[in-house]
Amino acid sequence: MKKNTFLQTSSQTVGPFFAYGLAAQQYQYDFPSLVSGDLRKKDLLGQKINVKGQVIDGNDTPIHDALVEIWQADPNGNYNTNPNGKFFGFGRMGTGSGDFVGFNFKTYKPGITAPNSAPHINITVFARGMLNHLFSRIYFSDEEEENKKDLLLNEIDTSLRSRLIAEKENENEYRFDIYLQGDKETVFFDV
Amino acid sequence: MSINPWNRRDWSNHPKLIYPDYKSTKFRNPKNKLIKIENFKEIPSPKFSKDCMRHIDADLTKNAKKDHDPIGERIIIIGKVMDEFGRAVPDCLLEIWQANSAGRYIHREEIHDAPLDPNFLGAGMTLTDKNGDYKFTTIKPGSYPWGNHHNAWRPAHIHFSIYGRSFVDRLVTQMYFEGDPLFKYDPIFNSVPDKKAQDRLIAKFSIEETIPEFAHAYIFNIILRGRNATPMEI
Ligand SMILES: [Fe+3]
Repeated sequence: MKKNTFLQTSSQTVGPFFAYGLAAQQYQYDFPSLVSGDLRKKDLLGQKINVKGQVIDGNDTPIHDALVEIWQADPNGNYNTNPNGKFFGFGRMGTGSGDFVGFNFKTYKPGITAPNSAPHINITVFARGMLNHLFSRIYFSDEEEENKKDLLLNEIDTSLRSRLIAEKENENEYRFDIYLQGDKETVFFDV
Repeated sequence: MSINPWNRRDWSNHPKLIYPDYKSTKFRNPKNKLIKIENFKEIPSPKFSKDCMRHIDADLTKNAKKDHDPIGERIIIIGKVMDEFGRAVPDCLLEIWQANSAGRYIHREEIHDAPLDPNFLGAGMTLTDKNGDYKFTTIKPGSYPWGNHHNAWRPAHIHFSIYGRSFVDRLVTQMYFEGDPLFKYDPIFNSVPDKKAQDRLIAKFSIEETIPEFAHAYIFNIILRGRNATPMEI
């Protein structure tokens, strides 16, 4: 294997004050936002869903200075990499802009991207008090059959799998709380 | 199974998840080990381009200017984004945010008693060019106090969010300034486990790049995770 000659730049916390830089529109600062929490496009066909949740610390307190990014396929199971294209599957929300201390992405249910891969949304979590961001994945509770076949879910201990699955709360509304620590600690990946 | 996988995070250069001197890490990070996953690495990634942003957002002395230039020491920050194998990363999205020259963030919850600057927002973004090079023009940020411990002050820093070639090589970090007397007291800076890695977070003053009659220059290069060019030898 080729040897690396340079060393990775170290991670540091996003800190408490990212809102006006990374999510200005959501927090109503006068700065353009490249990405937002609303991934919907006028003309795109697909199941519109909301994915809502809180980022909860080890004291069971929802934290209001976390930042969540999502990256997902479109309703047909294709990743669209162009930010100006028909659908762009990248979203970003801070958890402290409203009365609900959490995120609420407006998006579409992603399609199946590959054989043995259930519909899912990739997520990254940042916060004050986190020196490194964390990777995880959101699956859907109403995709039981697909979830059983999913390669990644099958790599996870059966007792922990449910922690990667968003609960369907209402028609078109899913809940995925991210527990940073504790009994219900979310499954985070080293990728 | 897959060829050309991304290198993993190199934990000898990244902080531990829980670093007790930085108090809030104790309750905001998992205690379970991160689970090693292979199957995450080959997903396509967003590709940002120049038409996603305004040209002016690489110049923080201008992008929020109302009637005067912002107060403080004007600087330029230049650098190259590369991967671990020394390959340039073109079209890499860099977003930055920072305090003003008095050490005050515009963020509404910031209560530090230092003046806001009506001509300075403190947020900017740019993309690297085809050689992986970037440049920002801004104002040198001030130090500010925080509540971690008695008499806690952050060394002056600029927050960087970096989106390289993949969801996998995402990086958020902070850039510091050469010669800051606060380094040895700052748990966030000292959470970086290796002295040399700490040093790489410090932008170096460059007289060669300094622009006469205009601005001091600092150099800050960024190394993202690499992708091995040859198939894995297993
Ligand atoms: Fe800061």
